[in-house]
Amino acid sequence: MTYVVTDNCRGCRYTECVTVCPVECFHVDDTMTYIDPENCIDCGGCAPACPVGAIEPDYRLAADKKFWIDVNRKRAAETPVISARLAPLPGADERRQALGR
Amino acid sequence: MTGSGELRVAVVGSGPSGFYTAEALLRSGASVAVDMFERLPVPYGLVRFGVAPDHPKLKQVTVAFDRIAGMPGFRFIGGVAVGDDVTVDELRQAYDAVVLATGAELSRTLNIPGEALPGSHSAGDFVAWYNGHPEFRDLRFDFDHETAIVIGHGNVALDVARILAKTADELRQTDIARHALEALTDSRIRTVYVVGRGGPAQAKFTAKELRDFLELGACDTSVEERDVTRDEFEPRNSDDPERIEKLSLLRTFSQAATTKPRRCVFRFGLSPAAINGRDRLESISFRHRSGAVEEIACGLSFSSVGRRTAPVAGVPYDTHRGVHANIDGRVAIGHSLVEGLYVCGWSKRGPNGTIGTNRGCGIATAEAVLADLADRRPRSDTPDALLARLSNRVARIVSYPDWTAIDAAEKRRGALLGKPREKFVTIPEMLAAMNACPRTGHATAALRYS
Repeated sequence: MTYVVTDNCRGCRYTECVTVCPVECFHVDDTMTYIDPENCIDCGGCAPACPVGAIEPDYRLAADKKFWIDVNRKRAAETPVISARLAPLPGADERRQALGR
Repeated sequence: MTGSGELRVAVVGSGPSGFYTAEALLRSGASVAVDMFERLPVPYGLVRFGVAPDHPKLKQVTVAFDRIAGMPGFRFIGGVAVGDDVTVDELRQAYDAVVLATGAELSRTLNIPGEALPGSHSAGDFVAWYNGHPEFRDLRFDFDHETAIVIGHGNVALDVARILAKTADELRQTDIARHALEALTDSRIRTVYVVGRGGPAQAKFTAKELRDFLELGACDTSVEERDVTRDEFEPRNSDDPERIEKLSLLRTFSQAATTKPRRCVFRFGLSPAAINGRDRLESISFRHRSGAVEEIACGLSFSSVGRRTAPVAGVPYDTHRGVHANIDGRVAIGHSLVEGLYVCGWSKRGPNGTIGTNRGCGIATAEAVLADLADRRPRSDTPDALLARLSNRVARIVSYPDWTAIDAAEKRRGALLGKPREKFVTIPEMLAAMNACPRTGHATAALRYS
């Protein structure tokens, strides 16, 4: 198994996950973070740390979100590792409220 | 500020929080060198001695620790017990800052009658024993009984129950210590009760740990019907996927048919009241939420009700929280800070969170260390003078290359048995493995006199 970043991260990118990842398996682009499934050790630390509930274990993803498994794998290979927290994207707090978080 | 030159920091303890604090200091951009002190010749703390042998993926976090150990300015000083071989005050004289990362070694007790009876154990002792901790290797657990009780509903309780529920064949290819595998091979345990005070919604274990019980080869998992009402499995007013999954798993267990030779039974709403027996454990009395008392016969019990930090001589202790007394990572007596002394990880905030929680925690402590830099007092000693003295006090100062030799030897032993490693479980064995490797003598000399 692995943990997977899903759509709630887009446009928020709080990166709280990065601080608690013990193995630096988060990658980042302009819109969101991705988990490298090869390095993730399934510790589960990131899922509760995410302010918008964007991270789930792969087996728990709803059918219409399963595609994020492949997106994470592919984008993690194409994007740099992020090892320290970034400022959230502009509008992140508004988006979080809109998500009811 | 004391002249020029780099900041010298001692980190005490080589578990996750020690490594992540070291990493944060070494990455800070400031001129810093870190000496990591460890009582044993082997690093990784609870990743080696706490994480269950059948959770190998979690142990891959050691790759990150090895990367940190390779950062310029990092030294491992193993085989030196702070508090015994060297005092905290000595460290404070030689280093600009001392960070305690000593974890939560002591098991909390139930404080009920009979707890000291033979057969009644703490889960922490059992975990350290099956993981081959040298200080726990000689403990004896008597598996010549049909029933075991695990008291507590946290992840450690689940680890203990799972190890008891698995067959020797299910454990054989893990890095479980050989003495533990041999003892468990002859286990007669057929029923394991996992007993907690609260209901299903209050259990602290995580869904991920609970899922492991779906995979047991020779053990059925169930929930005692009398303890819960149907609606206690409903995640009322919660959209938390973790909570929904946990309750759903417990509901599944409550409905499962039992066909396998062993069974693991989750019990809810029972507080331990007394441990009974004439010469050894015979039963445990629990008080139910309703007030009724229930006595469960058993031959073996493990209490898993939390841990606390072991006090270290010269460091103020917060008895209430069970940690080194501190204000956000700075050691303090009341409101007054103890200069140059810090804490991180479980010895700072108590035993909670995942391995990665210690990364954020270590970063915060490192920030406190660096923020106080400008006010640091002059040191009256140097790390290398201290290490030279220490080399006369201890059998052998163990460097990271020394550990690498031990590691390689353990993996070679394991490969012969189809295990990821066969741990050395005594300190003389560890030192012998390290001495058998020709490169390490030189590396240790380099450590002492650099």
